[in-house]
Amino acid sequence: MPAKPETIAALQAKFAGFSVSEFRGDTRFAVPKDSLLTVMQHLKSDGKFDLLVDVTCVDYLNYRDARDRFGLVYLLANTITNERLTVRCFLNEPDLTVPSMVPLWGGSNWLEREVYDMFGIIFDGHPDLRRILMPDEFAAFPLRKDYPLQGRGERHNFPVLKRNQA
Amino acid sequence: MPAAEATLEQRSQEQDYLWTLNFGPQHPATHTTLRLVLKLDGERVVDAIPDIGYLHSGFEKIGEHLDYNQYVTVTDRMNYISPLANNVAWHGAVEKLLGIEITPRCKYIRTIIAELARISDHLLSTGAMGLDTGAFTFFLYAFYQRERLYDIFETLCGARFTNSYTRVGGVMHDITSLVVQKIRTFVKTFPETLNDMEKLVNRNRIFVDRMKGVGLLSKEEATNMSATGPVARASGVTRDLRKDEPYLAYADFDFNICCAKAGDCFARYYVRMAEMRESLRIVAAAIENIPSGPANVGVDERTALPSKQQVYQTIEGTITHFELVMQNRGFTVPSEETYAAIEAPNGELGFYLAGDGSNVAYRARCRAPSFIHFALFPQLIRGHTLSDVVAVLGSLNIIAAELDR
Amino acid sequence: MAIELPDNVVVTKLDELASWCRKNSLWPMPFATACCGIELMATGASRHDLARFGAEVFRFSPRQCDLMIVAGRVVMKMLPVLQRIWQQMHEPKWCISMGACASTGGVFDTYCVVQGIDRFIPVDMYVPGCPPRPEQLIQAIIDLQDKIQREGTISGAEFETAQRQMTKRALQELPMYGRA
Repeated sequence: MPAKPETIAALQAKFAGFSVSEFRGDTRFAVPKDSLLTVMQHLKSDGKFDLLVDVTCVDYLNYRDARDRFGLVYLLANTITNERLTVRCFLNEPDLTVPSMVPLWGGSNWLEREVYDMFGIIFDGHPDLRRILMPDEFAAFPLRKDYPLQGRGERHNFPVLKRNQA
Repeated sequence: MPAAEATLEQRSQEQDYLWTLNFGPQHPATHTTLRLVLKLDGERVVDAIPDIGYLHSGFEKIGEHLDYNQYVTVTDRMNYISPLANNVAWHGAVEKLLGIEITPRCKYIRTIIAELARISDHLLSTGAMGLDTGAFTFFLYAFYQRERLYDIFETLCGARFTNSYTRVGGVMHDITSLVVQKIRTFVKTFPETLNDMEKLVNRNRIFVDRMKGVGLLSKEEATNMSATGPVARASGVTRDLRKDEPYLAYADFDFNICCAKAGDCFARYYVRMAEMRESLRIVAAAIENIPSGPANVGVDERTALPSKQQVYQTIEGTITHFELVMQNRGFTVPSEETYAAIEAPNGELGFYLAGDGSNVAYRARCRAPSFIHFALFPQLIRGHTLSDVVAVLGSLNIIAAELDR
Repeated sequence: MAIELPDNVVVTKLDELASWCRKNSLWPMPFATACCGIELMATGASRHDLARFGAEVFRFSPRQCDLMIVAGRVVMKMLPVLQRIWQQMHEPKWCISMGACASTGGVFDTYCVVQGIDRFIPVDMYVPGCPPRPEQLIQAIIDLQDKIQREGTISGAEFETAQRQMTKRALQELPMYGRA
């Protein structure tokens, strides 16, 4: 369900200048990186968005007319009024550090680890930021657009076992 | 894995009477490849550090190379216990991005198959809970019913499972009268098996003792840790996307949401058994009332393949067929991003799609409920014994392919 | 490792007897990772019963099994585990690669999926399919039983032949197409 007009009005009153848009019933709210933590704290306490549905990222390297390289996406939901809100935060290299949402929503622990593992975004204040899906010694960030689909040979870099070999 | 052990070492410098057990990626519990590093004090679990990624296959990167109709085959392989639910979720998200409204008949067909997939998933999940705690007959009963569901799916689209049945704008083949007949027979005979299964374990001293009071999850914890689906509903969260944000044809049916207050493993088991009965009610009502009409959207939308008669006899049909089948053509997609979720058997399964004008997604992110639920595991198991590890793991219904994507 | 016996008629009959015993009591070690694991479970369940063919118990311990069925895709993080489990199994041991993903990588030609376990483990039987029907897996086990009967020796000399020692490749290395 898109966010109610009262919620949007309250948001725009508090954080003037941040853009709100709507597409096919999704309400999107773009926030600059410095105010991300304040906006999220406000959304959790006053806006009552208690369910963090997802945290993900899009790499706009090959996108036509893209202004920034990475776009972080936070999907929030209000379990009482069933409203949904998408919060976007755009990042550019080399400054890929964002404050972590773990103190607000415990569910963001593993979600942020996955964004770090796949894209290389560092979450400041995360209790345990290490790779979750790839092996620890993996050197690249796989979901970035400059990493090829078939990889760079890491998948076949293992010893071969023959018959009767202990 | 070095980092998991390093974290454990940091946490327990002073506790050297604790010993570490590796519940490795290869283990007898039926939840495939996940690894737990358990720190035990005798039989009590003091800490559990999950280590995942043993089935990470790059699903999201494949989504950037396959087009919207090809990717449905890959979504089958995510939650492979209920692949039809994943197909419905994927195409629901694609149709939301494209702004297509599917026909009423297609909505009913997708509702029926999503509910049958829910029954199939819950059968396996409760069956696995039984198997892991020692109830082998219960597991075999569940598997036999799943074979009957596989017969229905095979008559519907040719594959027992990993059936990529939905397409953009409709479904692969329209439903036939033989499928309707088989579903009617299933609906008539399934409740008897459910009763048999419940008679086996609901009041069984061993099962109840192993599951009651184990793995408690409170209501606030569930929402804070982003749990959805039966795991959250067993803790008292009354959120079900079929009622709160009705999609497909759910608004036409009268069914209840199953919740429990206890939040332990037995509650999660019981919620799943109750949900199967509610799903059967929806299927029984839907199968009698399928609207007539086409299953796929019309040729003007330029998304679904038209019928052969239209291709050979009308110019619009020929043009649509050409546009869709020839390479580097296909339908255009707005350069926008959207998210759509369904109430999958495991929880909220959603896809965040970014389109870029071409017929291949720019970003296809899958919000997998198993990934979110496995993060709950350490706090659920703290203080319980080693034998409860399997019971709690079973009650969360972690599917490794959805966990790792 | 093996009993040192001279080659004569008595030994040939012993070979047949040993192969007959081994083929009819193949205890599988299910290395089930993904969707093929569910079809493997279905093969062991009541409708298509694998226990009829001697594969009575699915022991999850490699020390007690002789047939490893790799069902499902093997990713780069899991491959060392697979190799270690293969090494822990006792001789004589056989391996069935079930499904397209274990045989060649299947649908997943990505940075993390091993394109065929036969690059790193010796495989005796491949079962195509995504997932293969239970009947196909049963056929593979029957074919493996025929292979064991045909080639088996009591001392395990069939594993020393040059043909078995050669690293097989199911498919040639394909050039990388499409977008990088």
